[in-house]
Amino acid sequence: MENLALIAQVQSYTAIALGLIIGLGAIGACIGIGIMGSKFLEAAARQPELIPTLQGRMFLLAGLIDAAFLIGVALAMFFAFANPLLARFG
Amino acid sequence: MAGEAPESSTAYITHHLTHLTVGKGFWSLHVDTMFMSVLLGIVTLALLYSASRKATPGVPGKWQAFVEILVDFIDNTVKEVFHLDRRFLAPMALTIFVWVFLMNAMDLLPLDLPGKVAGLFGIHYWRAVPTADVNTTFAMSLTVFVVVIAFAVKAKGAGGYMHELFTAPFGAHPLLWIPNFVLNLVELLSKPVSLAMRLFGNMYAGELVFMLIALLGASFFTFTVGSTVGMLGQVAMGAAWAIFHILIITLQAYIFMVLTVVYSAMATEHH
Repeated sequence: MENLALIAQVQSYTAIALGLIIGLGAIGACIGIGIMGSKFLEAAARQPELIPTLQGRMFLLAGLIDAAFLIGVALAMFFAFANPLLARFG
Repeated sequence: MAGEAPESSTAYITHHLTHLTVGKGFWSLHVDTMFMSVLLGIVTLALLYSASRKATPGVPGKWQAFVEILVDFIDNTVKEVFHLDRRFLAPMALTIFVWVFLMNAMDLLPLDLPGKVAGLFGIHYWRAVPTADVNTTFAMSLTVFVVVIAFAVKAKGAGGYMHELFTAPFGAHPLLWIPNFVLNLVELLSKPVSLAMRLFGNMYAGELVFMLIALLGASFFTFTVGSTVGMLGQVAMGAAWAIFHILIITLQAYIFMVLTVVYSAMATEHH
């Protein structure tokens, strides 16, 4: 019975952690993408002839910005479905 | 994946995340990852080899034109960043791009298809996406790491490289050797780790989202209203995520390739 309470405690803390990982990561990635997108549009409006050069770099940076967030999501999913901290209780 | 119904969603996902493993502990080998990556490597070589064999100076066929666009694109990308002799780096960048792209593209196969095919041969675990295995991405990024160091040594000489490691950011005063070296070490080691984790994280997360979407329709054959909605949801969300994922797999292959070139270019620059 004591074990059950411990498992529930680990699960609840894990659930909170998942929310924090995904939520904070999403905030960061969204702000980053937003700033980059707005700057790209501004630059494209000022100098339309630069669009092809800038577009490739924008996608590259979008991938880089997204990456940290997606690594966080992968970690969160891993903890959601195969929680190594719970495995200790066997 | 061998045909029997999974008992719960957690079991389904855990099953799909299990590699076909030979050996124990440190010496365990993920056979599915090895097989798929080597197979796709051979496919890469065969595709590009066939294009180069059949290349004509006259009117090119569709396949030849496509490969020429690809080679041109990557050669230009390398040329913009890396200013020395690129006879080694440009082909390596092409190999990395095509190979990583094909390995990532295995994510777009229907989720249960590779497992079902493997099940026909009596194999119960089969993960089809080699880049969703941290071993593949670290193997590639460590290889890139070795290449980067080789470029640095080639450009500066072994002595020059060592000299730079101990004197680069702050200066050549003996008191600053240790801080310099620590800083350089962190910079050096963060490259392969971030390169590998970025690709792995993206592919692993993508695969997991596909699994979650697949679970939506899992209870369809109970024929309730909720399960029908779930199946429609699976079709809609699966299509949306797959289309978005086409962008991601190309982007990640491109990023891996570009960062390899950028790191190599950084290593050859003199301070």
